[in-house]
Amino acid sequence: MTDQLQQLINGLALGSIYALIALGYTMVYGVLRFINFAHGDVFMLGAFAGYFLAEPVAKVIPPQSYLGGIVVLMLAMLICALLGVVIEFLAYRPLRKRPKLTVLITAIGVSLFIEYTCQHKKVFGASPRVFPELIPNTTWELGGLVIGSAQVIVLVTTILLMIALTFIVQRTKIGTAMRAVAFNPQAAALMGVNVNHVISFTFGLGSALAAAAGILFAMNYASIDPLMGVQTGLKAFVAAVLGGIGNLPGAALGGLLLGVVETFAGGMKGISNYRDAIAFGILILILMFRPSGLLGKQQTEKV
Amino acid sequence: MIPGAKRWLVIAVILIAIISAFSKQFNSYYLSIAIDVGINIILAVSLNLIMGHTGQFSLGHAGFMAVGSYTAASFTIACTKHVPESAAPFLLLGGLILGGLLAALCGLAVGVPTLRLRGDYLAIVTLGFGEIIRVVFQNMEAVGAASGLSGIPNHTNFFWAWSTAAIAAYAIAALVNSTYGRGFIAVHDDEIAASAMGINPTRYKVTAFVVGAFFAGVAGALYAHHKQTINPTGFDFMKSFEIVVMVILGGMGRTVGVIIAAILLTILPEMLRAVADYRMIIYSLLIIIIMMARPQGLFTLRSNKGANT
Repeated sequence: MTDQLQQLINGLALGSIYALIALGYTMVYGVLRFINFAHGDVFMLGAFAGYFLAEPVAKVIPPQSYLGGIVVLMLAMLICALLGVVIEFLAYRPLRKRPKLTVLITAIGVSLFIEYTCQHKKVFGASPRVFPELIPNTTWELGGLVIGSAQVIVLVTTILLMIALTFIVQRTKIGTAMRAVAFNPQAAALMGVNVNHVISFTFGLGSALAAAAGILFAMNYASIDPLMGVQTGLKAFVAAVLGGIGNLPGAALGGLLLGVVETFAGGMKGISNYRDAIAFGILILILMFRPSGLLGKQQTEKV
Repeated sequence: MIPGAKRWLVIAVILIAIISAFSKQFNSYYLSIAIDVGINIILAVSLNLIMGHTGQFSLGHAGFMAVGSYTAASFTIACTKHVPESAAPFLLLGGLILGGLLAALCGLAVGVPTLRLRGDYLAIVTLGFGEIIRVVFQNMEAVGAASGLSGIPNHTNFFWAWSTAAIAAYAIAALVNSTYGRGFIAVHDDEIAASAMGINPTRYKVTAFVVGAFFAGVAGALYAHHKQTINPTGFDFMKSFEIVVMVILGGMGRTVGVIIAAILLTILPEMLRAVADYRMIIYSLLIIIIMMARPQGLFTLRSNKGANT
């Protein structure tokens, strides 16, 4: 029983990281109807931003303090938000009216560009690096359960960020505009919404969440490298599709589900080697019965 | 059908045979690249049937290639001991057919459950299937797990690679240009209209997947007998993406363009070896630039077909 509970906690920690990344995929898909393949790489850049920020921040704020951790997290989120906006402006905006396939291929191109540039020895280099300890690392034991402070922080940060995101999307003016553009870009433009601003904002918001996920991931697993976004990004995307792409609660649900299932599968003898394939297996299974994801709405085709 | 296509096929195969007879005189490095080109042409024309002609976005083509590759390699390795040296071409032929058939079976397995999905969903599911196939091979002890299979006999030569490429291009072109094949184009252009006209889109999509997977499997079999070592990472998402780029650069649904793109995109990375450190950075930048400048493909003069998906 304790074993299962322990797995559940580990799974939720992993799942909330997937969920944070999945939110970015889903928001961009909701507004632009395309898969931003480079999103997983923004996640990686977030982790690296945290890595390089840790030292300068430690000079101002005593190292391994919660305040320092928050400052690093915020700064990395800000940097990646800007990066997301720049990527959208340079690579995707010129293609706004082009066929979806063109944009998708460009997105994969952007993703490869970031990965290979970062692997270059003059940038980050290909070998993994050890992520510094941003906050005091303690573990608690509760009746046989081992809970690390990093796991608690992952869960708490994810919940806080999701509350913040829900507030932005549901209660603010820009959030309303986002929903309007997702619903119908032409009509939104006619009502005075600046569609370009909304799209930039969406990219920034999604990238900030990805950066947060990157730092949380690095805190939990200690090692970062330029290709860390490939598998994680792919799985987060699966999570977004699983929940019904374009649907925010769906992305969160899909992420948590995927994290938990993957952790349980990883702990089981016999199938633990297949954990990378399990995400896709679940995806295919669910899409067979619910072609638009768990919380997605079935859309009727207009002729 | 293009008039006299059969004649072209015969001429092509004879030409390939003649070139192949002199292949010993070529630099072995160039010859090896030429064989790679032949294999990539098969991959590109087979994916073009799925993407260009039928309009289904597939990101898992390397998975089918892996199936053909591993099947054929295991087959020839197992049989080599029991047959005389002179039977090698028959072994390879057997491996090609076996690999192709098993890959086609996988194509059926992917096609049937996913036919309800379209666009991005289909893309991600095919990507998922490709990844699943890769992970399965990574864990199969019988085929060397993560370290892969080695000691595969070197049977693929210029003649085999290029004549198979010619046959694949011909077979797919003939299929698409037949009465039956018009259904692929109809599904590509408008699925709902096609089904209103009595065409069963599902059937055509599955057929495209199965035929495409068959030739990908054949290409994989040739690849295994050319490289002599295969491992699961050689068939990852990156490989699938390379094939997709060939189809898109060639202009979706344009067989000749796709073949030219396959040739160019196989030679280009070799030429970039001189700037090894920047090779892949340049490659990815080129993809982005081309997508912005010529999204309809490099070799498409009129953009009336294939550009609207």
